[in-house]
Amino acid sequence: MIEIKNIHKSFGDRKVVDDVSFTFYPGKTNLMIGESGCGKTTILKLMVGLHALDSGEVLYSGQNFPALQAKEKQEVRKQIGMLFQAGALFDSQTVEENVRFPLDMFTNLSREEKDERVNFCLSRVKLEGRNNLYPSELSGGMKKRAALARAIANNPKYLFCDEPNSGLDPKTSIVIDELIQDITREYNITTVVITHDMNSVLEIGENIMFIHKGKNYWTGTKDQILKADNQELYNFVFASEFMQQVFKAAKS
Amino acid sequence: MNLFFHIGRYFMLMFRVFSKPEKFSVYWRQIIYEINSIGIGSLTIVAIISVFMGGVITIQAAFGFTSPLVPLYAVGFTTRESMLLEFCPTIVSLILAGKVGSNIASEIGAMRVTEQIDALEIMGVNSAGYLILPKIIAAVLINPFLIAISMFLGLAGGYIMGISTGACTSYEYIFGIQAFFEPWKLNYSFTKVVTFAFIITSVASYYGYYTDGGALEVGKSSTKAVVMTSILILIFNLILTQLFLTH
Repeated sequence: MIEIKNIHKSFGDRKVVDDVSFTFYPGKTNLMIGESGCGKTTILKLMVGLHALDSGEVLYSGQNFPALQAKEKQEVRKQIGMLFQAGALFDSQTVEENVRFPLDMFTNLSREEKDERVNFCLSRVKLEGRNNLYPSELSGGMKKRAALARAIANNPKYLFCDEPNSGLDPKTSIVIDELIQDITREYNITTVVITHDMNSVLEIGENIMFIHKGKNYWTGTKDQILKADNQELYNFVFASEFMQQVFKAAKS
Repeated sequence: MNLFFHIGRYFMLMFRVFSKPEKFSVYWRQIIYEINSIGIGSLTIVAIISVFMGGVITIQAAFGFTSPLVPLYAVGFTTRESMLLEFCPTIVSLILAGKVGSNIASEIGAMRVTEQIDALEIMGVNSAGYLILPKIIAAVLINPFLIAISMFLGLAGGYIMGISTGACTSYEYIFGIQAFFEPWKLNYSFTKVVTFAFIITSVASYYGYYTDGGALEVGKSSTKAVVMTSILILIFNLILTQLFLTH
């Protein structure tokens, strides 16, 4: 479980995150939603320690992460897997080497065991047989899947996904969403997904936090989101004609 | 103030670079990869430049020595002194600063802007150590060999041009490159090579590591790295020359 308590972050005079608190549960796909520039990615970077907090707490299973010593932080980070928006695969390494990297770095598994684990992770994201391709030879969706395979290679306790559907077609988006949800449930991972894709929200949103102007405006589930009595959330959810049609259809 | 900021940040980065590696076997593999990339990858350009420069120095020396009082073996002697003391350690290092330095800065810079460095950090890897230490070790290990090859090829280039243009005989050239040889001068040359190898890799890595922005900034970092590395090579060349050659 990850808890964030009253976290604040400003860049110069600009307040980006303003007193946000939330609990992310294991075995559930926890979603952070909100329009572009509302502070979602900053919150995520604060959670994993890529930005320093101005104030507040980020608790990983009760441990206040920002207050830990460098070595203790490193131990927590070994339990984190992260899927970046653009994949962030290492360009100079093949898909297999990318997935193998955390195993090489942090485990004492034999070569055979690592091979087995790599192939298992690749099959889990439906990339069997693509071991020797370089990131430049992969499509956008394949890059995301390869990055997801790398993120889960070392059996993480916490999985962060920064806009896993951005730039993908609806069909591939669904594949990625289902993968994230399946992996989360199967291994009881605390998964945090940033998205502004309403399909994803309605598909996998089990525990949702809506961020607006750096603040936590609403929390709930995918079933509650369409009925929520919150103007800012309404404006976000029903920004598209399509969603308005869906809502009308659901009502009727 | 800006200068002090960069110096301070550079030393803080070096402190992270030289902290204990997470796993020696992974770092060792990276060192081998970098030796191939930095050293073997630069062999062709170093070889071509050395042969031609050796030839040019020989022709220039022969052109300058018109007095019958100057023996013709002075052509070989001059070529050796120029190649060993200055051309191979300094000028080749400046060329490597352009080739290897820009490559390192743009590689690490691109990793920064595409979040690959963030990915390493989140995994719990000391990204500075993993990315920079193998490059420094590889360059410090392989550059002396590269420069030794450059010295040999430079002298060979001088021999070929000296003989083919009739500037001197084979005997005179070979006698010249052995005449008044002082082995400590090799210590001076190779100390420069190792120092410059460290500067090239660490300064270029510094500029790449702190790239902020996109593709444009990667290009700017690469340019800054080459300029700063070249300036530092010239400054340290002066300092080391003063230290070694002043009795």
